[in-house]
Amino acid sequence: MSDEQDHKLEAKSDYVADASSVSTPDIDAVPEAELPDQELYHSHSWWTTYVFSQDAKYIGIQYALTAIGTGLLGLVLSWLMRIQLAFPGLGWLEPSSYYQFVTMHGMIMVVYLLTALFLGGFGNLLIPLMCGARDMAFPYVNMLSYWAFVVAVIVLLASFFVPGGPTGAGWTLYPPQAITAGTPGYNGGIILMLISLILFVAGFTMGGLNYIITVLQLRARGMTLMRMPLTIWGIFTATVLAMFAFPALLVGCLMMTLDSLLGTSFFMPAMVSLGEKLTHEGGSPILFQHLFWFFGHPEVYIVALPAFGIVSDLLSVHSRKTIFGYRMMVWAIVGIGALSFFVWAHHMYVSGMNPWFGFFFATTTLIIAVPTAIKVYNWILTLWRGNIQLSLPMLFSLGFIVTFLNGGLTGLFLGNVTVDVPLSDTYFVVAHFHMVMGIAPILVIFGAIYHWYPLITGRMMNETLGKIHFWITFLGSYAIYFPMHYQGFVGVPRRYFEIYDSPYIDTSTLLLNKFITIAVLIVGAAQLLFLYNLFASARLGKKSEKNPWKANSLEWQTPQMPPEHGNWGKELPKVYRWPYDFSVPGAKEDYIPQNQPPSEIIGAKVEKT
Amino acid sequence: MSDSSLENLPKGWKSVPSDLGSDQTAFKGVQWGKAMMWIFLLSDTFIFSCFLISYMKGRASTVVDWPNTSHVFSLDFMGVPVPLLLIAIMTFVLITSSGTMALAVKYGYEKNRKMCGHLILATAIGGLIFVGMQAFEWSKLIHEGVRPWSNPFGAGQFGSYFFMITGFHGTHVSIGVIFLFIFARKVYRGDFDTGRRGFFTTMKSDYVSIEILGLYWHFVDLVWVFIFAFFYLW
Repeated sequence: MSDEQDHKLEAKSDYVADASSVSTPDIDAVPEAELPDQELYHSHSWWTTYVFSQDAKYIGIQYALTAIGTGLLGLVLSWLMRIQLAFPGLGWLEPSSYYQFVTMHGMIMVVYLLTALFLGGFGNLLIPLMCGARDMAFPYVNMLSYWAFVVAVIVLLASFFVPGGPTGAGWTLYPPQAITAGTPGYNGGIILMLISLILFVAGFTMGGLNYIITVLQLRARGMTLMRMPLTIWGIFTATVLAMFAFPALLVGCLMMTLDSLLGTSFFMPAMVSLGEKLTHEGGSPILFQHLFWFFGHPEVYIVALPAFGIVSDLLSVHSRKTIFGYRMMVWAIVGIGALSFFVWAHHMYVSGMNPWFGFFFATTTLIIAVPTAIKVYNWILTLWRGNIQLSLPMLFSLGFIVTFLNGGLTGLFLGNVTVDVPLSDTYFVVAHFHMVMGIAPILVIFGAIYHWYPLITGRMMNETLGKIHFWITFLGSYAIYFPMHYQGFVGVPRRYFEIYDSPYIDTSTLLLNKFITIAVLIVGAAQLLFLYNLFASARLGKKSEKNPWKANSLEWQTPQMPPEHGNWGKELPKVYRWPYDFSVPGAKEDYIPQNQPPSEIIGAKVEKT
Repeated sequence: MSDSSLENLPKGWKSVPSDLGSDQTAFKGVQWGKAMMWIFLLSDTFIFSCFLISYMKGRASTVVDWPNTSHVFSLDFMGVPVPLLLIAIMTFVLITSSGTMALAVKYGYEKNRKMCGHLILATAIGGLIFVGMQAFEWSKLIHEGVRPWSNPFGAGQFGSYFFMITGFHGTHVSIGVIFLFIFARKVYRGDFDTGRRGFFTTMKSDYVSIEILGLYWHFVDLVWVFIFAFFYLW
């Protein structure tokens, strides 16, 4: 911006300050602007607007659609696996395809769907809007981040088409088996998987730097850290975790690539394979497990923390009530994030590491239950005597609380070494992590999409279709995963491609496997309903009014809805309070937006934030 | 923010709660690019830490003895093998280039375009000499039979970790050198005085980006100190 315009802006804000000081001395004052207004790149063509977009809102939608598209593939893979498990006599899948589908399903869902959708999708869409910025700090790098993600996805999908197919090593990619003959895709698919992950990390780093810096350095006047919506706190903390956890994944992937391509022995011990002694010698497979889980455990919270944050906002808005214990919620998010770096080896209780390690990691794991329990209590206390609206986002949020509690409780079982050892590698583990980091975050994602859809398209999604979608998804997930807990207790091992009638397998397991598969097919099909709703509502949906949920946070207060390039028109918003002033005694409306000056709500008994 | 309001802020440790409790920026008076570089370097620190910790674990658990590093890394000087001679020179050159970089940042802020350009160029040449000597060292070791998968001196992991870690660091130096040359050109052309827009980013040039590049360069040097200590001296 030229100096001339700078002066104009300053002059304007001076004028505003003067006017307020005449009528109501000082109560509307916010600190003066520290930085000149952000200069934006303005697109000139279709390509730079919709394809190589530098607008965080578009990039967020691009991220979200790519992630959902990849996630659909993960969904179809789960169908194929379940049909194989339910009808083992059918010969539906080759053993190798089964393992390849397990691996791809796991990696796609964890990294390419959940991480990309929460941080790339919601992060890009919401951070600038909720913080009151015009865009991310470095839009160009933000665009590169998305395209690196696209390339990573393409490389991942390309592994379906190389000889030998994608890797079948399981999503944990443990060496030595991941790169040794006998594992599907041991010399082609695994390389593409590792390269894809390296690209993903590189792309994510570019995006993550933007998210962190935008939250730290580009907030609106009056927007203190402790006035930020919990959504932003969740996404911000998750991004910080990702910046420090992904390096371990990157290093692990790089070393395994070298083991496979150059014949180094970072992770490879001396082995005999197919009757021949391999040239590898003296490497440490456990080292990879440490590197992988130093990334892998924070990754759980990279997915969970944005979900925690978003669900807090949804619960507060849709029960018209202040979030209970905002500060404790923030500290719980930060505390969980910090602790998540000290628990990784609880994934390795049966790996043969020193038992004292298990003792240490069991302790740290159980300590995480404390901040997590604070969050669950606070969500419930937020609902307590609230004006609960059973809108779609609220339904999904309630579904989340129950599901997360369920998955969290089985986590306490698995966190203890003595209980974990017999349950390890059974369906109990599968049920646990699908409940806690599969279904729970996905329910939040659905709730969040129903909530913020009007902000993106200006239209509402269909309520009836949404309710059908909710009940099938919610009840269906329990039909799928509750039986798996039982299967785990009777000792059914996971990662067996064929479980048929034998003295070692309980007959109930076979019946349950059929039941689960039918539930999986129905729940999966219900997602088509959601997809139809998602795309059809963009044209056919009921037109949304501005701020349809009567929310306080800044993203609903833009001059246009959906917000335009630059978000805020001529003047950036000023923030006077936190986003949780609902049903304040003495206020005319039951909500007070963050940017409403105190002079307009003289009688309201707002809390000082 | 005007300088006067910056001066009114609390100083020292008291600034921490006051800055974090304030609106707009958490790091007062810090350009966002500089803060971004710091966070990137923090993340990069984790990468190099993972490399070095893996190296220590690998070295501790090999089945064959680790090669004697003072023997492997010695250079014949007038017929006498001098341990660590080449590495000492490399380290000296790299640390010196950190000094010229720091001076370049100083002259940049003083808008002394010529000196700033010369010093950036000197830094780039220092980096180039470092990479060149590293290439010499690699080829010398390869001639002696050291490979990523095996070597005649001891555990095969020696070559694996050596080529991977020094290669990853060398890539960092090379990227830095490329940017140093680009920045030297930008300084000589006067981009930072006129605020010429970046070719890709379309952002205005500012002397602060020299400091940001300097942060990266110092980091690369600092990492080298750790690689030097853990790989060559141990």
